[in-house]
Amino acid sequence: MIASSSSPPSEWQYVAAAYLVVFIFVLAWVVLIAAKLGRLQKQLAELVEKARARG
Amino acid sequence: MVRVRLSALAAACTGLVGLALALIFFVAPTDADQGFSQRIFYFHVPIALTSYACFGWGAWKALRYLRTRDERADLESYVAIHQGVIFGALTLITGSIWAKASWGVWWSWSENQLVLFLVLFLFYCAYFMLRFSVEPGPVRANMSAVYALFGVVLIPVSFLAIRLSQKFIHPVVFTSHGPQMTGLQFFVFCVSFAALLTLFATLYLVELAGKRLDAHVRELRELLT
Repeated sequence: MIASSSSPPSEWQYVAAAYLVVFIFVLAWVVLIAAKLGRLQKQLAELVEKARARG
Repeated sequence: MVRVRLSALAAACTGLVGLALALIFFVAPTDADQGFSQRIFYFHVPIALTSYACFGWGAWKALRYLRTRDERADLESYVAIHQGVIFGALTLITGSIWAKASWGVWWSWSENQLVLFLVLFLFYCAYFMLRFSVEPGPVRANMSAVYALFGVVLIPVSFLAIRLSQKFIHPVVFTSHGPQMTGLQFFVFCVSFAALLTLFATLYLVELAGKRLDAHVRELRELLT
Protein backbone atom coordinates (compact mmCIF):
# COMPACT_ATOMS: atom_id res chain seq x y z
CA MET A 1 0.00 0.00 0.00
CA ILE A 2 2.78 2.39 1.00
CA ALA A 3 4.89 1.33 -1.97
CA SER A 4 2.07 1.97 -4.45
CA SER A 5 1.30 5.43 -3.02
CA SER A 6 4.94 6.54 -3.38
CA SER A 7 5.33 5.26 -6.96
CA PRO A 8 5.60 7.93 -9.69
CA PRO A 9 2.36 8.99 -11.40
CA SER A 10 1.47 7.10 -14.55
CA GLU A 11 0.98 8.76 -17.96
CA TRP A 12 -2.80 8.88 -17.69
CA GLN A 13 -2.52 10.65 -14.33
CA TYR A 14 -0.45 13.42 -15.95
CA VAL A 15 -3.01 13.69 -18.78
CA ALA A 16 -5.87 13.82 -16.26
CA ALA A 17 -4.01 16.51 -14.27
CA ALA A 18 -3.48 18.66 -17.39
CA TYR A 19 -7.15 18.52 -18.40
CA LEU A 20 -8.28 19.02 -14.80
CA VAL A 21 -6.21 22.22 -14.55
CA VAL A 22 -7.92 23.61 -17.68
CA PHE A 23 -11.34 22.65 -16.29
CA ILE A 24 -10.62 24.26 -12.90
CA PHE A 25 -9.36 27.49 -14.52
CA VAL A 26 -12.48 27.81 -16.69
CA LEU A 27 -14.75 26.92 -13.78
CA ALA A 28 -13.05 29.48 -11.51
CA TRP A 29 -13.39 32.11 -14.22
CA VAL A 30 -17.11 31.37 -14.66
CA VAL A 31 -17.68 31.51 -10.87
CA LEU A 32 -15.86 34.86 -10.62
CA ILE A 33 -17.80 36.37 -13.51
CA ALA A 34 -21.10 35.02 -12.11
CA ALA A 35 -20.29 36.60 -8.72
CA LYS A 36 -19.43 39.90 -10.39
CA LEU A 37 -22.61 39.91 -12.48
CA GLY A 38 -24.64 39.09 -9.35
CA ARG A 39 -23.07 42.06 -7.54
CA LEU A 40 -23.77 44.35 -10.50
CA GLN A 41 -27.39 43.16 -10.66
CA LYS A 42 -27.79 44.04 -6.97
CA GLN A 43 -26.21 47.49 -7.41
CA LEU A 44 -28.40 48.16 -10.44
CA ALA A 45 -31.54 47.22 -8.48
CA GLU A 46 -30.49 49.63 -5.69
CA LEU A 47 -29.95 52.42 -8.20
CA VAL A 48 -33.35 51.79 -9.79
CA GLU A 49 -34.93 52.00 -6.31
CA LYS A 50 -33.10 55.27 -5.69
CA ALA A 51 -34.24 56.68 -9.03
CA ARG A 52 -37.85 55.66 -8.35
CA ALA A 53 -37.73 57.28 -4.89
CA ARG A 54 -36.65 60.52 -6.52
CA GLY A 55 -39.63 60.29 -8.81
CA MET B 1 -29.12 40.48 -30.57
CA VAL B 2 -25.97 40.32 -28.44
CA ARG B 3 -27.67 37.94 -26.00
CA VAL B 4 -28.72 35.62 -28.84
CA ARG B 5 -25.23 35.73 -30.34
CA LEU B 6 -23.63 35.04 -26.96
CA SER B 7 -26.03 32.19 -26.17
CA ALA B 8 -25.37 30.62 -29.58
CA LEU B 9 -21.62 31.03 -29.09
CA ALA B 10 -21.77 29.50 -25.59
CA ALA B 11 -23.79 26.55 -26.95
CA ALA B 12 -21.32 26.08 -29.83
CA CYS B 13 -18.44 26.28 -27.35
CA THR B 14 -19.95 23.60 -25.08
CA GLY B 15 -20.62 21.35 -28.07
CA LEU B 16 -17.16 21.80 -29.57
CA VAL B 17 -15.33 21.27 -26.26
CA GLY B 18 -17.38 18.10 -25.64
CA LEU B 19 -16.68 16.87 -29.16
CA ALA B 20 -12.98 17.67 -28.83
CA LEU B 21 -12.70 15.76 -25.53
CA ALA B 22 -14.55 12.76 -27.01
CA LEU B 23 -12.24 12.75 -30.04
CA ILE B 24 -9.10 13.16 -27.91
CA PHE B 25 -9.88 10.28 -25.54
CA PHE B 26 -11.86 7.86 -27.73
CA VAL B 27 -10.85 8.46 -31.37
CA ALA B 28 -7.32 9.89 -31.61
CA PRO B 29 -4.69 7.15 -31.96
CA THR B 30 -2.07 6.75 -29.23
CA ASP B 31 1.22 8.26 -30.38
CA ALA B 32 3.87 5.62 -31.09
CA ASP B 33 6.69 7.82 -29.77
CA GLN B 34 5.21 9.62 -26.75
CA GLY B 35 2.42 7.26 -25.77
CA PHE B 36 -0.71 8.30 -23.88
CA SER B 37 0.77 11.57 -22.56
CA GLN B 38 0.78 12.94 -26.13
CA ARG B 39 -2.97 13.55 -25.66
CA ILE B 40 -2.03 16.68 -23.69
CA PHE B 41 -0.87 18.08 -27.06
CA TYR B 42 -4.49 18.42 -28.28
CA PHE B 43 -5.24 21.05 -25.63
CA HIS B 44 -1.76 22.42 -24.85
CA VAL B 45 -0.92 23.62 -28.39
CA PRO B 46 -4.40 25.06 -29.20
CA ILE B 47 -4.34 26.90 -25.82
CA ALA B 48 -0.93 28.39 -26.71
CA LEU B 49 -2.13 29.39 -30.19
CA THR B 50 -5.29 30.87 -28.66
CA SER B 51 -3.21 32.96 -26.27
CA TYR B 52 -1.26 34.30 -29.30
CA ALA B 53 -4.61 35.07 -30.95
CA CYS B 54 -5.76 36.92 -27.79
CA PHE B 55 -2.60 39.04 -27.69
CA GLY B 56 -2.87 39.68 -31.43
CA TRP B 57 -6.52 40.72 -31.05
CA GLY B 58 -5.56 42.95 -28.11
CA ALA B 59 -2.86 44.61 -30.24
CA TRP B 60 -5.31 45.12 -33.12
CA LYS B 61 -7.78 46.80 -30.75
CA ALA B 62 -4.93 48.90 -29.29
CA LEU B 63 -4.06 50.05 -32.81
CA ARG B 64 -7.72 50.91 -33.41
CA TYR B 65 -7.73 52.91 -30.18
CA LEU B 66 -4.64 54.87 -31.23
CA ARG B 67 -6.25 55.64 -34.60
CA THR B 68 -9.79 56.49 -33.44
CA ARG B 69 -9.39 57.32 -29.68
CA ASP B 70 -12.50 55.24 -29.12
CA GLU B 71 -12.69 54.19 -25.44
CA ARG B 72 -14.47 50.97 -26.40
CA ALA B 73 -11.39 49.82 -28.33
CA ASP B 74 -9.23 50.40 -25.22
CA LEU B 75 -11.56 48.24 -23.12
CA GLU B 76 -11.65 45.55 -25.82
CA SER B 77 -7.84 45.53 -25.98
CA TYR B 78 -7.62 45.19 -22.19
CA VAL B 79 -10.12 42.30 -22.09
CA ALA B 80 -8.35 40.46 -24.94
CA ILE B 81 -4.99 40.75 -23.15
CA HIS B 82 -6.59 39.61 -19.89
CA GLN B 83 -7.89 36.51 -21.68
CA GLY B 84 -4.47 36.03 -23.28
CA VAL B 85 -2.78 35.99 -19.88
CA ILE B 86 -5.27 33.36 -18.63
CA PHE B 87 -4.62 31.18 -21.68
CA GLY B 88 -0.88 31.86 -21.32
CA ALA B 89 -0.94 30.63 -17.71
CA LEU B 90 -2.77 27.50 -18.88
CA THR B 91 -0.15 26.97 -21.61
CA LEU B 92 2.66 27.09 -19.06
CA ILE B 93 0.89 24.77 -16.61
CA THR B 94 -0.24 22.15 -19.17
CA GLY B 95 3.18 22.35 -20.88
CA SER B 96 4.92 21.81 -17.58
CA ILE B 97 2.80 18.74 -16.82
CA TRP B 98 3.47 17.36 -20.32
CA ALA B 99 7.21 18.04 -19.90
CA LYS B 100 7.24 16.08 -16.65
CA ALA B 101 5.42 13.17 -18.30
CA SER B 102 7.62 13.16 -21.43
CA TRP B 103 11.04 14.48 -20.40
CA GLY B 104 10.97 13.80 -16.65
CA VAL B 105 11.40 17.49 -15.72
CA TRP B 106 8.84 20.22 -14.99
CA TRP B 107 10.82 22.93 -16.75
CA SER B 108 13.97 23.32 -18.86
CA TRP B 109 15.73 26.70 -18.91
CA SER B 110 17.81 25.63 -21.92
CA GLU B 111 14.71 25.52 -24.15
CA ASN B 112 14.26 28.76 -26.12
CA GLN B 113 10.59 28.01 -26.82
CA LEU B 114 9.73 27.68 -23.13
CA VAL B 115 11.78 30.63 -21.95
CA LEU B 116 10.48 32.94 -24.70
CA PHE B 117 6.90 31.98 -23.94
CA LEU B 118 7.57 32.73 -20.26
CA VAL B 119 9.04 36.13 -21.25
CA LEU B 120 5.95 36.84 -23.38
CA PHE B 121 3.67 35.83 -20.48
CA LEU B 122 5.55 38.00 -17.96
CA PHE B 123 5.58 40.90 -20.42
CA TYR B 124 1.79 40.81 -20.59
CA CYS B 125 1.51 40.35 -16.80
CA ALA B 126 3.44 43.63 -16.49
CA TYR B 127 0.79 45.23 -18.75
CA PHE B 128 -1.65 45.09 -15.83
CA MET B 129 0.88 46.65 -13.43
CA LEU B 130 1.36 49.49 -15.90
CA ARG B 131 -2.36 49.93 -16.57
CA PHE B 132 -3.42 49.98 -12.94
CA SER B 133 -0.59 52.26 -11.83
CA VAL B 134 -2.10 55.12 -13.88
CA GLU B 135 -5.40 56.92 -13.27
CA PRO B 136 -8.17 55.99 -15.74
CA GLY B 137 -8.29 58.30 -18.73
CA PRO B 138 -6.65 58.99 -22.09
CA VAL B 139 -3.08 58.80 -20.68
CA ARG B 140 -3.68 55.29 -19.32
CA ALA B 141 -5.38 54.20 -22.54
CA ASN B 142 -2.50 55.55 -24.67
CA MET B 143 0.19 53.88 -22.55
CA SER B 144 -1.70 50.57 -22.50
CA ALA B 145 -2.19 50.65 -26.28
CA VAL B 146 1.48 51.34 -27.01
CA TYR B 147 2.55 48.60 -24.57
CA ALA B 148 0.14 46.11 -26.18
CA LEU B 149 1.58 46.91 -29.61
CA PHE B 150 5.15 46.36 -28.38
CA GLY B 151 4.17 43.01 -26.92
CA VAL B 152 2.78 41.67 -30.17
CA VAL B 153 6.30 41.76 -31.65
CA LEU B 154 7.28 39.00 -29.22
CA ILE B 155 4.67 36.61 -30.66
CA PRO B 156 6.45 35.70 -33.93
CA VAL B 157 9.75 35.50 -32.02
CA SER B 158 8.20 33.07 -29.54
CA PHE B 159 6.58 31.05 -32.33
CA LEU B 160 9.76 30.83 -34.44
CA ALA B 161 12.14 30.29 -31.51
CA ILE B 162 11.91 26.53 -31.73
CA ARG B 163 12.68 26.61 -35.46
CA LEU B 164 15.68 28.91 -34.96
CA SER B 165 17.11 26.77 -32.18
CA GLN B 166 19.81 24.23 -33.09
CA LYS B 167 19.46 22.03 -30.04
CA PHE B 168 16.07 21.27 -28.56
CA ILE B 169 13.92 18.59 -27.01
CA HIS B 170 10.62 20.41 -27.49
CA PRO B 171 8.80 18.60 -30.35
CA VAL B 172 8.30 20.40 -33.68
CA VAL B 173 4.89 19.53 -35.08
CA PHE B 174 4.34 22.21 -37.71
CA THR B 175 7.29 22.37 -40.11
CA SER B 176 7.74 23.78 -43.62
CA HIS B 177 6.60 20.34 -44.87
CA GLY B 178 3.23 20.69 -43.07
CA PRO B 179 1.89 19.14 -39.85
CA GLN B 180 3.93 16.14 -38.70
CA MET B 181 0.99 13.94 -37.68
CA THR B 182 -1.55 11.62 -39.21
CA GLY B 183 -4.73 12.92 -40.87
CA LEU B 184 -6.87 11.80 -37.92
CA GLN B 185 -4.55 13.44 -35.39
CA PHE B 186 -4.62 16.65 -37.40
CA PHE B 187 -8.43 16.55 -37.55
CA VAL B 188 -8.65 16.15 -33.75
CA PHE B 189 -6.17 18.99 -33.35
CA CYS B 190 -8.29 21.26 -35.61
CA VAL B 191 -11.48 20.47 -33.65
CA SER B 192 -9.65 21.24 -30.37
CA PHE B 193 -8.32 24.49 -31.79
CA ALA B 194 -11.82 25.51 -32.96
CA ALA B 195 -13.17 24.63 -29.47
CA LEU B 196 -10.53 26.75 -27.74
CA LEU B 197 -11.06 29.70 -30.10
CA THR B 198 -14.81 29.52 -29.46
CA LEU B 199 -14.13 29.35 -25.71
CA PHE B 200 -11.99 32.49 -26.01
CA ALA B 201 -14.70 34.29 -28.03
CA THR B 202 -17.35 33.35 -25.43
CA LEU B 203 -15.26 34.38 -22.41
CA TYR B 204 -14.20 37.57 -24.20
CA LEU B 205 -17.78 38.64 -24.92
CA VAL B 206 -18.99 37.76 -21.40
CA GLU B 207 -16.15 39.67 -19.74
CA LEU B 208 -16.63 42.61 -22.09
CA ALA B 209 -20.37 42.72 -21.32
CA GLY B 210 -19.56 42.62 -17.58
CA LYS B 211 -17.03 45.47 -17.86
CA ARG B 212 -19.46 47.61 -19.87
CA LEU B 213 -22.26 46.95 -17.39
CA ASP B 214 -19.91 47.89 -14.54
CA ALA B 215 -19.08 51.19 -16.29
CA HIS B 216 -22.76 51.96 -16.87
CA VAL B 217 -23.65 51.22 -13.22
CA ARG B 218 -20.83 53.50 -12.05
CA GLU B 219 -22.01 56.26 -14.37
CA LEU B 220 -25.59 55.86 -13.20
CA ARG B 221 -24.51 56.05 -9.55
CA GLU B 222 -22.63 59.27 -10.21
CA LEU B 223 -25.70 60.75 -11.90
CA LEU B 224 -27.94 59.82 -8.98
CA THR B 225 -25.66 61.12 -6.21
